[in-house]
Amino acid sequence: MIKFTENQLKTPKFMRPVYLVTAGQSKFDRAIPEKKTEELCVDALSMAAELINLTPAELKGYIHSCYYGHFADHFGDQLLGEAVIHDRLGLDPLGNIGIKTGGATGGSTLWEAAKTVASGYSDCVLAMGWERMDEVPTDEGNFLISCAADKDWESPLGHIYTGYYAVMAQRYWQIFGKEEESFRKTLAEISVKHHEYARMNPFAQAPMKITVEDVLNSPVVAYPLRVLDCCLMSVGAACAIIADEKTAMEMAKNSNIKPLRIWVTSGSHTLRPADRRPMDIPLLPHETAEIYQDLEERFPGSDRYPGFSGFLGARMCVYYGYRMAGINDPTEDLDVIELHDAFTISDIQTYEDIGIRPYGQGRTYVESGDCYHTNPKTGQPGKLPSNLSGGLIGCMHAVGATGIMQTFEIANHLWGIWGDIHGDEKHWKAFRREKPADWTNLQVEGAKRGLAISHAGVGSHVTCTILMDPDHLLKADS
Amino acid sequence: MSLYGQAKVKNWRYKLKGNFHFTHSPSPIRNVDDSNHLLGITKPRHMIYLHSYGGEAPFFEALSQGKLLGTRCDNPDCEYQGTLYQPFRIHCPDCLARCTTVDMTDLAKTKGYIHTFMICERAGAFNTLDKPIKFVNIEFEGVSTILMSYLSVGDPKIGKRVIPIFKKFDPTYTITDLSWVVEGTTEEQLPHGFCF
Repeated sequence: MIKFTENQLKTPKFMRPVYLVTAGQSKFDRAIPEKKTEELCVDALSMAAELINLTPAELKGYIHSCYYGHFADHFGDQLLGEAVIHDRLGLDPLGNIGIKTGGATGGSTLWEAAKTVASGYSDCVLAMGWERMDEVPTDEGNFLISCAADKDWESPLGHIYTGYYAVMAQRYWQIFGKEEESFRKTLAEISVKHHEYARMNPFAQAPMKITVEDVLNSPVVAYPLRVLDCCLMSVGAACAIIADEKTAMEMAKNSNIKPLRIWVTSGSHTLRPADRRPMDIPLLPHETAEIYQDLEERFPGSDRYPGFSGFLGARMCVYYGYRMAGINDPTEDLDVIELHDAFTISDIQTYEDIGIRPYGQGRTYVESGDCYHTNPKTGQPGKLPSNLSGGLIGCMHAVGATGIMQTFEIANHLWGIWGDIHGDEKHWKAFRREKPADWTNLQVEGAKRGLAISHAGVGSHVTCTILMDPDHLLKADS
Repeated sequence: MSLYGQAKVKNWRYKLKGNFHFTHSPSPIRNVDDSNHLLGITKPRHMIYLHSYGGEAPFFEALSQGKLLGTRCDNPDCEYQGTLYQPFRIHCPDCLARCTTVDMTDLAKTKGYIHTFMICERAGAFNTLDKPIKFVNIEFEGVSTILMSYLSVGDPKIGKRVIPIFKKFDPTYTITDLSWVVEGTTEEQLPHGFCF
C-alpha cells in the first residue's frame, strides 16, 4: 500500500491571482493541407486579440514569455517546432519553452503559463498549443501515437493506443458495468452526444447526427471499443493569454470580455496501468472514506486502486485543484465542464475521478441526463453539462491544442459569448462548413465557474484547469 | 539491395555494418480541385534505429531461453522490501535500490490469471502480431504489479488461468517473444517457434 506524505499532498498556492484574459483557436480537421502550422497559430492568436479589441501587434506588446505545447515531434516531423512558431509569431527575443506531456500537453502548457504569472516572473504570457497529425496516414498515425506507450513493454503489442484503453473498458464493464448491455449503450450515448454537439461548433471536425445503434454497429477497433467510441486525430492550434490582475484589466478594458480567474493543477500515474502497488483512494473534499468501505462488496473485483478502472492522475489533479480554488462539491460548485473523452469509457471514468459521481457510479451521471446542455429526460438545463464543444470525440484531438481548446470553450460560457462565437456565419464560411438548419445555441446560461481536464497516456499526466468569474469566487485569496 | 543495417557492441561502442537509411526522392502533392497547384511534397524515409535494453536486457534474453524474469527489492532499509515486480523493474520505485533478478517462470506457470483483456481488430502500422490480437493483462499471486501481453491460444476471460509460452526459435528479442495460452493447451497447438 503506497502512502503519501503531507509534503506531497500540500495544497498548491499561487503567489498572486492569475487571470485568463482572452483565448482563440483555429479550425480543427483531420487534414488541413492548405495551411502550415504557423498559419494555424496565427489564426488562433489573431482571434484572441480580436476578442479583446486589440490588434495582434498590440496584444503581443503585453507578452513577456511564451509557453508552447506541441506533443509529437515525429508527427509534425519538426523537432523544436516551438522555435519555428515563436519566430513566425514575431515574438523573439522573448524567452520561450516547449512543453510535452502527451494528451495533456495543452493543459500542461496552461499549468506552466499560470505558474509563471503566479510567481511574478511575467505579468503576461502566451500559452499556445498545436498538433500536426496529417503528415502520415491513419495507421501510421496510430503507430506514432502508440510510441507514447512504454516502447519495450507495450508498444510492440499491436501499436495501437485504443487497445490500451480497451483493456480498461473491458475491466470496467465487467466490474462496474456488471456486463450489462445497458452499460454498453450508455457508452454509445456519449458518442452520440459529443458528435451531436460538434454539429453546433464550426471549429469541430466530426459533426454527426448518429444513433446509439450506429455506434454499436461501427467497426471494432479493439473490442469492446468501436470506431465511434474513439477520439479524433486532428490538426489545429489554440492559445490562451494569461496575466496578473492589473495587466489583465488593462488589456481587456476596451472589450466586453471580463478576465477570468484561472487555477491549473497537475497529477500523474505510471505509463503502464497498475504498475505500482495499490493504495487507498485519495478523497476529495466532499467524500468520506465510508463511501468506499463496501466498494468491493458492491462491485467484486474493484478492490485494487488505482487499477484499470480509474485514473489516479485525474483524481490527484482535482485533489489539489479543488482545495486550491475552494471547490467542495464539483456538481454543486461548477456550471460547465470539458472532460478528456479520449474514448467513451474514459468519459465515464473521469466523472468518478473528479468526484461528479463516486467510483463505480460514473454511468449514472450520463444516464441521469445531467451531462447534457438540456437534460433529455426532464427538458430542463443539465445540472453540469460536459463537453458541449463535442470534446475529443466530436470536436478534435490536436493533442498540444486540446487542453487549451477546452479552456477556450469553458471561457466562452463564462463570458456569455458561446452563441456569438459558435453561431457566427464568418467561421462557418471560413472553414467551408455548413451551419445546420437546426443550429442551437449551447450557451450555459449564467455560467460562473467551469473546469477542464486534460489527460495523457492511460493517465500518465492529467491537469485540471479551473476558471471562475472573479465576482463569484468560492474562496477568499489568502 | 545493400546489406540491411546490423550492429554489435565492442569496447562499449556500437559497430555498424550495412545501410541504416535508404534514400527515396520526394514527389509533389497537387490540389486537383484548384488548377493542380502545388500544395506540398511526400517525404519518404526509411531508417533503422539502435536501441539498448540496458538493465532490462536479461529479461529479453531470458524469454528466448524459455524463462520469465521478474525483480524484487531486497534492500533491508526499504519500507517495501520483498516486493516482487513484473514488469521487470531495474530499480525499486520506492527506495531506488537496484532490484534482485528473480526467475519467476514456475510462479507464472501456476499463478497467472487474466486481470483484463481486449480483442484488437485494427492495429497500427508496423504491427507484427496476427489479428485479431487478444491482449491480456496478467496478474500473478504474490506479484504487486500487472503485466500486459497477448493470448495465442484460447478465449480470454477475466479470472481465467493462463500459462506462459516463449518464442525460443527465431526469437525477436522483443516483448512479443512472450505469449500466453489457456490451461490445457497442448504443444501442437502453439504458434510457430513457441514452446512452453
